[in-house]
Amino acid sequence: MKRWTLWLPLLAFVAVVLVAALALMAPGDRTVRSALVGKPLPQFALAPLVAGKPGVATSDFSHGGPRLLNVFASWCIPCEAEAPQLLRLKQLGVPIDAVAVHDTREAVTNFLRRNGDPYRGVGDDPASAVQLAIGSSGVPETFVVAGDGTILMQHVGAIRDEDVLAIAHAAGVVG
Amino acid sequence: MTAEAGLAALWFAAALAALQLVMAAMGLRTGREDVLAATRPIAVVQGVLAAIAMGCLVSVFLASDMSVRLVVENSHSAKPWLYKLAGAWGNHEGSMLLWVTILGIAGGAVALLERRLSERSLIATLGAQATIALGFYAFLLFASNPFARVFPAPPDGLGLNPLLQDPGLAFHPPTLYIGYVGLSVAFSFAVGALVTRDVGPAFARAMRPWVLGAWIFLTLGITAGSYWAYYELGWGGWWFWDPVENASLMPWLAATALLHSVTVLATRDGLRAWTVMLAVVAFSMSMIGTFLVRSGILTSVHAFAVDPRRGAFILALLAIYIGGALALFALRVGTVREGARFELLSREGGLVANNLLLSVILGIVLIGTLYPLVAAGFGVQLSIGAPFFNKAAGPVALVLLAVMAAGPLIRWRRDDAGELMERLLLPIAAACFSFAGLFLLGESMRLLPLIGLSLAAGLAVASVAPLWKRNLRRTPLFTWGMVVAHLGIAVSLAGMACDSAFTQERLVAVRPGEPVSVGPFSVTLVGIRPLIGENWSGLEAHLAAARGGNTLVLTPQLRFFANPPTNTNETAISTRWDGQLYTVLGQPDGTGRWQLRLWWKPFVTLIWAGGALIALGGALSLLGRVSRERRVALREVWA
Repeated sequence: MKRWTLWLPLLAFVAVVLVAALALMAPGDRTVRSALVGKPLPQFALAPLVAGKPGVATSDFSHGGPRLLNVFASWCIPCEAEAPQLLRLKQLGVPIDAVAVHDTREAVTNFLRRNGDPYRGVGDDPASAVQLAIGSSGVPETFVVAGDGTILMQHVGAIRDEDVLAIAHAAGVVG
Repeated sequence: MTAEAGLAALWFAAALAALQLVMAAMGLRTGREDVLAATRPIAVVQGVLAAIAMGCLVSVFLASDMSVRLVVENSHSAKPWLYKLAGAWGNHEGSMLLWVTILGIAGGAVALLERRLSERSLIATLGAQATIALGFYAFLLFASNPFARVFPAPPDGLGLNPLLQDPGLAFHPPTLYIGYVGLSVAFSFAVGALVTRDVGPAFARAMRPWVLGAWIFLTLGITAGSYWAYYELGWGGWWFWDPVENASLMPWLAATALLHSVTVLATRDGLRAWTVMLAVVAFSMSMIGTFLVRSGILTSVHAFAVDPRRGAFILALLAIYIGGALALFALRVGTVREGARFELLSREGGLVANNLLLSVILGIVLIGTLYPLVAAGFGVQLSIGAPFFNKAAGPVALVLLAVMAAGPLIRWRRDDAGELMERLLLPIAAACFSFAGLFLLGESMRLLPLIGLSLAAGLAVASVAPLWKRNLRRTPLFTWGMVVAHLGIAVSLAGMACDSAFTQERLVAVRPGEPVSVGPFSVTLVGIRPLIGENWSGLEAHLAAARGGNTLVLTPQLRFFANPPTNTNETAISTRWDGQLYTVLGQPDGTGRWQLRLWWKPFVTLIWAGGALIALGGALSLLGRVSRERRVALREVWA
């Protein structure tokens, strides 16, 4: 065996250590990158579900400023947990539309009475067709959509207290 | 008071480790008998002190002493005692203390029991052990003191992650740690042998029981971890190629290779440099594994508290130990005399093939695990999962299994190809027969499970072939060990192939009374009732699973824990002779229907039964080796 080949294992090891050290110094970005981030919102038009509120359609996202699209269900416990945070976002001046998945009029009306109502419109998505089309795999999920209909951000899971600022920032209401 | 005693014991142990290192270095340099002789007892006392520190931590946890920060953060006075006990090592500080405790006890055992190795090599080994221990003592004392107090003491603790409240998991980390530490002993032996340039059969024989022991515990740890993930996570899978799973698989692969190469060194005095290299690699894989898990730089289903400073500390230790050992290897191994040569077609050749193939698989797993880190460095976010690992490692593993069938039937030094084929006739026939049989019977089996099952049949026959025409009572225990372990691989492989070929899955939303069919069962949701547990509340489904005239009752649960607030799924699994019925209760959909996830998994239990057989084979082998060494030693005393 050539003498220099004996140093190869050490060299490979140094490379591994360097990679690990770099990763340690710059902790990776943990946000989920949806394949749809940066793409326009897919076409859909959902009928209204709750009395006195409109439904939701792609055309609602083609004018004005950024807004949120919240995918939720009245039977989902984390959705109740995130309700106060959605109300805060509404107070901060972000318009919020919702897609209600596998739900009924009475259940959603009750849900909004119990937990407060942050929504402009609530669309009825009885078979998850729209939920799947926009790349959401569960409830709750929240999309930040720009004024021109481009998806800016996808938040998977309940919005916790500490997420409110980041979402408000992405929606352009706080610097 | 107990906490302070533990801390004091830890400081004394650290001081003794420093002394052990100085004495070993001085003794090797000056060759003074009295200095060399003092190193052994120091190693023993160091082990005892580390064990005392661990004992203090356990007693603080059992007493729920809420003035100790670690207890507050990881325990709760209302917890069952088993989880109070497990809480002692179910966290970062405690697990590191457990690590040095096992390390100290292992060092003490080497000092007390090892008689075959030359005195100088043994002292160099103890010096290397002390160096490793010192790093971990420093880590504990300066960056993660398990005995830190809080003032004022809070009324109660925060609780243990509910997913970890499981009897199996209470013993999962200690099992893996014993494995990791065993590999550190092998590493120390290798460094000691490099220091004294004494790489030969005596070194291999001294190292072998430690490698075997480590390997048995790693096998058990991985098998148990896989079953835990299977029934606790409720996803129906048994291996997810998760970074933490890979972290335990990589040392196992390296230890498996080492186990085989050390045999060549012990019996035929071959593969000297390679065996030393593998001993270094095996321990570095367990350190890299610990680093990946503890630093949190990879996202995983195993969430541990993340602290970049701790990651940096482990990385620094890793760089010093492994970098140092590899540099020593490069400098010294050229001066180690070349070992005995052998023909390509020989037992040695087969074992080299085993080593190369295992190394390739190890390389694939390592690259797949680290690649997301490299990609993140270039700003690309990606995750590597089952599709890559199965495609890249699967074919190599199949070749390895084929070699494994032939290996034990090849003669040492040189063999004849024609005669070997005669010995392999029966296994090959068994494989071909099952291939044809399955092909004709199974209407739509995919190719890979089909190959897997046929290979398993051939391998099973080949595994027991070494016992053919032998007097079974006079066959050495370590031969039995090899047979049982290889048979275990065949059994496990059969389980994996059956699971991937024949599993049936149903995801349904049902009202009570509606039957759902899965596999041979018809499952009906009878009702849902609320439940109150020791530290949780929940819902329990009552399922009736009918098959033929028999009805089984399964009760999967959905649990809500208050401390910390979390939901978990408790699967209900019914094990039959021909497979498992696996049921999970999901969410209600708001209209009176409940989500149910049902699997029928034929012969899936063979996977873990095989794992247990592999570990049993290791244990038989270890017992055989140790008792033979003792007989030899006794004979030498009497001669």
